Order: sequence, then C-alpha cells, then structure tokens
Amino acid sequence: MRGAIKPLAHLGGLIPLGLLIGAVLTHNLSVNPIQDLTLRTGKAALILLVVSLSVTPVKLVTGWSWLLPARKICGLYAAFYAFLHFSVFVGVDYFFSWELIKQAIAEKPFVLVGFLAFLVLAVLAITSTRGWKRRLKKRWKPLHRLVYLAGVLVVFHFLWLVKSDIREPATYGVIVGLLLLVRLPLVRNFVTGLRKAEA
Amino acid sequence: MRKIKSTEVTPEAVYRNRRQFMKQAGTAVLGSLLAPGALALAAQNAQVGEDLRGELTSYKAITNYNNFYEFTTDKEKVADLAEDFQVTPWEVEVSGEVSKPGRFSIDELKRRFPREERIYRLRCVEGWSMVIPWTGFPLASLLKSVEPTAQARFVRFVSVHRPSEMPGQKDGWYDWPYTEGLRLDEAMNDLALLVTGLYGKELPRQDGAPLRLAVPWKYGFKSIKSIVKIEVTRRQPSTFWTQTAPNEYGFYANVNPNVPHPRWSQATERRIGEFRRRKTLRFNGYEEEVASLYAGMDLRKNY
Repeated sequence: MRGAIKPLAHLGGLIPLGLLIGAVLTHNLSVNPIQDLTLRTGKAALILLVVSLSVTPVKLVTGWSWLLPARKICGLYAAFYAFLHFSVFVGVDYFFSWELIKQAIAEKPFVLVGFLAFLVLAVLAITSTRGWKRRLKKRWKPLHRLVYLAGVLVVFHFLWLVKSDIREPATYGVIVGLLLLVRLPLVRNFVTGLRKAEA
Repeated sequence: MRKIKSTEVTPEAVYRNRRQFMKQAGTAVLGSLLAPGALALAAQNAQVGEDLRGELTSYKAITNYNNFYEFTTDKEKVADLAEDFQVTPWEVEVSGEVSKPGRFSIDELKRRFPREERIYRLRCVEGWSMVIPWTGFPLASLLKSVEPTAQARFVRFVSVHRPSEMPGQKDGWYDWPYTEGLRLDEAMNDLALLVTGLYGKELPRQDGAPLRLAVPWKYGFKSIKSIVKIEVTRRQPSTFWTQTAPNEYGFYANVNPNVPHPRWSQATERRIGEFRRRKTLRFNGYEEEVASLYAGMDLRKNY
C-alpha cells in the first residue's frame, strides 16, 4: 500500500474525468447536457475535497502516515474539477454574458459562495508547490488551513442549490463537520492519546 | 405492461410536416362549400400555440427528463420506474362546491369533452424549459359541466397515492399525495388544459398519465400529474410545494423573470436542446391572456 498511494490517488482523481469523457463520447449526457456537465464536475470537486480533508484525521486515528501524499493529490484534483465547474458555468452555461452572470450572482447567493470556494481552492492549488512553501515559510500552513473554509463553503453551495430535500448535502456537511472536529486540539489530543494507549 | 416502441412514435419531422400538410389541405378544401363551420372551428383550434411549432422539444426529451417525485427525484430515471404504473382503469372524482358532483372514467371524459392539440411552453421553476404539443380539453369545460355553486372560489387537485407502484412515495421526506390548486377564475381561463395526450399519442406514464394539468403561465410544478380528484372549494387549498417550502414556493407561482426564487435567479432559462440561455418571459409569454387575472395584485408578495 505504501508505494501505491500516489498512483491510487491519481487514479481516484482521474475516474470522474474518465466517466465524463465516456459519457460525452457515447452521448450519455442527459437531455440537459450543460447542466449535466455542471453537476458532474461539481460533484467530483466536492468528493475529492472531502477525501483530501479526511486524510489527516484518518492518519490521526490510524497512525498511517503513508496516506499523507493523497492529501495534496486529491486536493489538486478537487481544484481542477472546481475550475472545470466554474468554466462550464461562465463559458458554456452563460456563454460569457457578463450581464447575465452579474445578475445571476446578485440574485443567487449560492453562486457567490461557490465562487468564493473556487477562489480559495485556486489560491491553495497555486501555492501548493515546494517553491511557494519555501517562500511563505511559517505562513504556508495557516494559509492552507483555509481548505476547511473551502469545504464549508462548498457544502453551503450545495445546500442552497437543492429544491427541498437537503439530505445529501447535509450528509456532506456532517462529514466535513466531523473532520473539522477531529482537528480541534482537544479532540485531536484525545484521539492520538487513545491510539498511543492502545499501542 | 404496454410500452410504446420508438418505431410506433411518429417521427418529429413527419409530425411537424403533417400539420403543414393538413393546413394546406384545409385551405384547399375551403374553396368547396363542404361543412364550412367545422373547418372554421378546426382552423381556430389549430391556432393555439401554432406559432411555437418550429420550436417543439423532442419527444425523447419530453419523455426522458421528468420531474415526477412520486417515482424518483432523478429526472432521467422516472421513465424506467414508471413502466409498471397502472393507468387503467382510472377514475377522477369531481366534488366539493358543485351542483353535479361525479366520478368520471378517462374514456367518459374523452367522450364528453372534445380534445384538441395545443402547443404550450413549459417553464420549470428550476430554470429549464420545453415546448410541448399537448392534447387535451379546457379544464373550464369540465368545471362548467359540474356547475360550481355560488360559494366556489378555488379548485384543489390531488394526484394518485399508490406507494406500491410509485417508489418515491415511500420516501417520508415529502408529504404525499401531491396536491395543487388554482383560483376558480384561473381554472376557468381557456389556457388551463386537462391533458390526455402528447405528440398525438396517449400521454406517457412518466408525463403524468392518464390525466394531468397544463397551466402554461405558471411554473411547471403547478401542472399536477396523474390526477384522481378535482375538488371545488371555498378556501384557498394548501399545495404540495407551499407545504414543503412555504417561503420559496407560493400558491400563484406565475412565471416571472423579475421575481427571483429566494436562492436563484428566474431571469433566464435553458430551453432543452438549445445552447444559449433565453430570457424568461412574463407569464411565460401568456401575458396577454392572463395578466388581467392579477390586476392590482402585488406579484412580488403573491409569488
């Protein structure tokens, strides 16, 4: 498993893209294909972000530090799908009609929240390199904790989009909430203490 | 189980041309003196939505992209899940504030009320739209025949409740059965259509067989499907979506680009099959026919 984590993470990150291309080539998008593209890329970004967020807590509980490379890889794929999602919205759905986009943002808070999440992920993706890590020094870590903010924003983006049945976005909300909880020093110490006591 | 094979369905191009042919044939016959009254009637009927014929949404899209939560919230899975839904026999109860209540079979309704084809726009509250050739008869014809009393003010509609055939109804999130309502004057407007067919065929199960409503100036959720009860009432009835989310879906639900949904804009729409977004029209393009119903009303408040 140790050596395989990187290729596994890349595989996981590429599966949604493969499914998407497959659906396009076999004409299996819905009769509302643009919405289908939007939903698929959005869902991929959300899931990969949640996977990325769960790496550290899982490592805390299990002690499997070999999982850690998956955090960055999945996070970068999440940013990639968020970029596709954003591009489909601006360039395909609204076809660069800035007037309409402005109106859509003004009238739809969930669009704005999604856009903020995308900005956060974009900044984190750009500063994810070794060079930026060196340049930002001590500020790098707090900056990259913003990934939790992105997680919360994305959950609201999803939550505000559904018509009535909030069970699915609420489930993601609970997962992100729990992952965030494990990072709190009190809970974190308790969990790691538990593991060490067992060992 | 009777599934319409794709070969049975009239190809759209043929369907569109046939109309053209019939119109030309009609004009040709007009010269002769045979039954001029009937012809004039036919010509009048053909006019409702005739200008939209060039914009028709494909049969495939209309029958595979359905908001019919009784089966599932996944629009593309409704057609499959509705295959075993039993639509015969079927009776509709008409009751409440009427002098002549009764139960009518679908055949009886078809016998009593002459049906016609009408091409209507359908605008979903979610922001997509279609252009659909319905076959049906005005709701007003049925209501007049049962003679509403002097107390009659509203009409309440109820969909079938049959969890054994409709898996979505086993989901406790929503309050089944689906209900809808109209003010009596809205219901009496000639545009409000009781629908039994689509593209010249029997109404498919996934589109609300055997009897549904088409209220083209309102968001699609007002056009209730698979109706089993029509009740004329004194008070404004509660409806499925106003119960589910009262601050987001109102009783009137008139298509209005200037009143956004609390969480999204209604200014534009995606017509299924088109690439560019369209601007949404006031009353979905039926302003001339229905605006007078709402004279003096604040449409922001009565959303």
